[in-house]
Amino acid sequence: MFTEMHSLYEWAWVIPALPLLSFLLIAFVTKRSKGLSAAVSILAILCAFGLAIAIAAGVIGSGSEIVKHPVITSINWLDISGLKLNFGTVVDPLSTMMLFVVGLVASMVQIYSVGYMHGDRGWSRYFAYQSLFAMSMLGLVIATNLLELFIFWELVGLCSYLLIGFWYHKVSAREAAKKAFMTTRVGDFGLLLGILFLFSKYGTLDFVHLAALMNGTAQGLALAGGVGYITLTAFLLFVGPIGKSGQFPLHVWLPDAMEGPTPVSALIHAATMVVAGVFLVARIYFIFQHAAPGALEFVAGLGAFTAIFAATIAIAQDDIKRILAYSTLSQLGYMMFALGVGSLTASMFHLMTHAFFKALMFLGAGSVIHALHEKQNIWDMGGLWKKMPITGTTFAIGVLAISGIPPFAGFWSKDEILSAALQNGHPIIYAVGLFTAFLTAFYMGRLFFVAFMGPEKKENHPHESPYWMTVPLIILAFFSTVGGLVALPYHNFAFYVRNYIFVNGVVSLGTFTHEGMAWGLAGISVLFGLAGLVLAYMTYVTQTVKAEAVAARFPGVYKLLKNKYYIDEIYLWIIRNIMDGVGKVLYWFDIHIIDGVINGLALITRGGAGGLRRVHTGQLQTYALVFFLAVVVIFLAYTMGSGQVSALNPLAMLGGVK
Amino acid sequence: MPATAVQGALAQSPLLLFVLLAPVVAALIIVFLPKEETKMIKIVAAMGTFVALALSLYLFFAYNRVAGGAQFTLTIPWTKDLGVNLAFGVDGISLPMLLLTNLIGFSAIYSSWNVDKRVKEFFVLLLILITGVMGTFIARDLFIFFLFYEIVVIPIYIMVIIWGSTKRVTKEYAGMKLTIYLLIGSAFLLVGLIMLYLRAGSQGHPTFMFDQLAQRQYLYGPNFQKIVFGLLLFGFGTLISMFPFHSWSPDGYAGAPTAVSMIHAGVLKKIGGYGLIRLGLMVLPIGAKFWAPVIAVLAVSGVLYAAFIALAQKDLKYVIGYSSVSHMGYVMLAIAAMNTTSINGAVGMMFAHGVMSALFFSMIGFIYEKSHTRNIADLGGLAHQMPRLATGFLLAGMASLGLPSTINFISEFTIFMGTIKVFPVLAILGIAGIIFTAVYTLRVIANVLFGPRRPEWDHLKDLHGPELVPLVVFVVVIFAAGVIPNLVFGLVNSGVISTGLAKVLQTLGQVQIGGLF
Repeated sequence: MFTEMHSLYEWAWVIPALPLLSFLLIAFVTKRSKGLSAAVSILAILCAFGLAIAIAAGVIGSGSEIVKHPVITSINWLDISGLKLNFGTVVDPLSTMMLFVVGLVASMVQIYSVGYMHGDRGWSRYFAYQSLFAMSMLGLVIATNLLELFIFWELVGLCSYLLIGFWYHKVSAREAAKKAFMTTRVGDFGLLLGILFLFSKYGTLDFVHLAALMNGTAQGLALAGGVGYITLTAFLLFVGPIGKSGQFPLHVWLPDAMEGPTPVSALIHAATMVVAGVFLVARIYFIFQHAAPGALEFVAGLGAFTAIFAATIAIAQDDIKRILAYSTLSQLGYMMFALGVGSLTASMFHLMTHAFFKALMFLGAGSVIHALHEKQNIWDMGGLWKKMPITGTTFAIGVLAISGIPPFAGFWSKDEILSAALQNGHPIIYAVGLFTAFLTAFYMGRLFFVAFMGPEKKENHPHESPYWMTVPLIILAFFSTVGGLVALPYHNFAFYVRNYIFVNGVVSLGTFTHEGMAWGLAGISVLFGLAGLVLAYMTYVTQTVKAEAVAARFPGVYKLLKNKYYIDEIYLWIIRNIMDGVGKVLYWFDIHIIDGVINGLALITRGGAGGLRRVHTGQLQTYALVFFLAVVVIFLAYTMGSGQVSALNPLAMLGGVK
Repeated sequence: MPATAVQGALAQSPLLLFVLLAPVVAALIIVFLPKEETKMIKIVAAMGTFVALALSLYLFFAYNRVAGGAQFTLTIPWTKDLGVNLAFGVDGISLPMLLLTNLIGFSAIYSSWNVDKRVKEFFVLLLILITGVMGTFIARDLFIFFLFYEIVVIPIYIMVIIWGSTKRVTKEYAGMKLTIYLLIGSAFLLVGLIMLYLRAGSQGHPTFMFDQLAQRQYLYGPNFQKIVFGLLLFGFGTLISMFPFHSWSPDGYAGAPTAVSMIHAGVLKKIGGYGLIRLGLMVLPIGAKFWAPVIAVLAVSGVLYAAFIALAQKDLKYVIGYSSVSHMGYVMLAIAAMNTTSINGAVGMMFAHGVMSALFFSMIGFIYEKSHTRNIADLGGLAHQMPRLATGFLLAGMASLGLPSTINFISEFTIFMGTIKVFPVLAILGIAGIIFTAVYTLRVIANVLFGPRRPEWDHLKDLHGPELVPLVVFVVVIFAAGVIPNLVFGLVNSGVISTGLAKVLQTLGQVQIGGLF
């Protein structure tokens, strides 16, 4: 079985190549035909998705064989003195899972977009960008080395930039796109440094080689100048994910990114690109494990902080997409701290289920926005469930899934993260995670009850969206419902999705053991989730708890949350006053000091020339006199120079120096 | 293989002479054309540069990378007593520069397609300029190198003064500043070169040939090397707009007509980097080693200093002008790091920046020509009216901020890789520059291309016909070379390895370990 599939795995490069082909086709051939552009794009991503499913089936069939021996195919990309880099594909359970998730969500979003983007002037451009994004993201997940990953990492960033600013006539979209690029660029600076640090010590960026080198502990560590160096590298590398996956304090771009079309938010800013940071940490998890414990503790702490920080903001937001955006930040924090507490598999599991239900909810929100003609404030909605039954029901599934109610997908993954936190000895993080779960259920309940239940608004005339949009919703709802069952019966998901650290000859962390669910802990987290939903129900449906009264009692807190802790304002102040200020000061310096010196020299030269001009009197006698004097001086200098008085002879002086 | 290599080095090949003469012939034909025939003049100029481009593309692919060394050589003794040879030839370092010159030269003709003032003189001067730049890169003889370099200065001065534009500073001031600054730089250069020549010929057999000058290193004592390299550093450093000798560059570019900005920023200032590698590192390695820390500090200061100033600019050309000062800082940093990886990066970066800045200046030229303003605040939302131009501008910006899949990314990466071991702190500071580069580039893109549609620009016509040539040429090169980096870097690497540079750098590295300094 394994060898038969082997040849298929070597064709993994076709998966990103198909959307690339579609991008080129749309850009150069079909851009004038709307129908063709969409058809090409969707066909390409569906074929890629089909291939991803075939590979996934093969990987599951191969069992533990592929966990131990990932299939790597690569060719040389750059070969110069001191720098040799390959490009290739790796097929292992982790990349297969990502291929499946990205392929699924990307196909659903593209199909959905046919309905959502109907009538948009930039139709072909939109599908071209979508294809380019699909290529970059699919390439990212099967990258074999850090530089290859970084290249695709930047390319998904570019697509994100282009798609956030897709409606570039809007100033807000333009600014949001710019902000997203700049903020993630700060993260990329750290990531790039980390890559350079790694390469300059190990001479390779290949994940497998790096893992092997580091696993040969004593030698590997000596080579790398000790744990300190690896720790520093790990921190630098982690700056990249902080930017990309919206961890505090570089989270500010993600809520603004909601300026893009909603399907884009679903695909890029919820399900796939933003989890690239989590995926990266998972890929290079062995580096964190070899670093000082502080590195993983930092990941856990920052993740947990982001989780609760974003969840609190989400409570006070009114824009449906922004609530979802802060929820995404919070869930990304969840995935991060799962990695930090040492459960790579729980993190990856949550990444997958989150992709299902968050994409579902974003697309559901898009369906609502579409029906209400671009209204995004949840207080302008109400009673939508009756008018839009498919959207409403699927959205409800999403809410239940994210709130961790069994048997929906989110329950399984969230529970696994929380139990990992507690069992690996991080009670505080467990508590934060549990409270965040409560907050999550509360704000998602708030969103759902206000927008979908509540009283209908007369001015709205919503209709259910076309099939182009509802069918993807139903498919994603299906996965949000049953997606978590892959964990059964004995953490089967975790069995597959492991990383090189467990294999490659030297097994440093012990082999995987099947274990059952921790049902007691699961019960507690379900209780917290239910409590959140019930509280939201009481506040926004039966109104036994008055939201206004609570807000009025804590005006400061409410204002702080509403304004997102003023982080944006702080950044703005720094940019306006410090960065631009330095720019202006230096410009002044450049014009007046550096250029001033040059112009001053020029003026002196001119003044000197003016003085010298007077020498040119035009009188022959003066010239003759000067000529004669000069001859005398030269003669004196010459004779004296060859004589004893060498002090007067400049040539002799030079000789003295020599 | 060595046998053929030797043969290749000795064989006389007229190809480079053809490349060099193609624009000259075109210029001569134009001289005899009536000046009303503007269309014909432009077509002849385009044909001349096209022949040069096609030939240099042929050279690029025909060059034997395994054999390396100077190929397609042509040596005609000129004045035996002085040791001047009319010697041409290309290797892995000069061939990318030659190709770059012709890519930009060819596109510059099309960027000037709408010139209507003194068309004949303009294109004659432009062709002379292109020839001069080409000559410096294919010269294997110091005398010829310097001769061509001086040829270049004259057309630039005239072109800025006649066809330039007056904004923050008058075009006369800009042209004067550009010329005088570079002439002062070249005066120092000349002193250094003559000292080198005299010392190399001090035991007879005077020579100007680069390789022979390099072979006679035993004649140059450490102090001599330090002094001469210092002179070269000032001359070439001024040319490559090294901080703090950069202030001619933004004013000069702003004043110059589009084609001159493209050629000047694209290739001409690269002569500085090229010269430092060819003469500085290969001939005077000990001097280079002595000055390296100074260069590195100035380079990184330049990277950050110019990037910050670019943030404060209001005129498009000034942004790109300062940006090019900033990018050249990376090249200087790489030269200062003095290892084979970083030199690869330096040459790659010169190529990459050349293509990128030429694309940028070409797009800005079109914007200015159509809208008569370069003031960022007056522009905005141009993507509505001119989507093709916007695409070119956006891609130039992405290349400028080092987006992967462009040649600029891989060049920057190579530079960082080569420098981080040698100057860790300076390299990190330099890498921080990528953030600020992104900030000013994205701001310019956002403010010029995006935002609401402005009715006052509705009359602007998008790029069409000949105007598309620079866009297509540069975008293809940026991405082809970025996606398949071995295309350019394979050649550059062969140049670094085979020209003896690698050996020099290796020796220097050992010297340092031996504690000789």
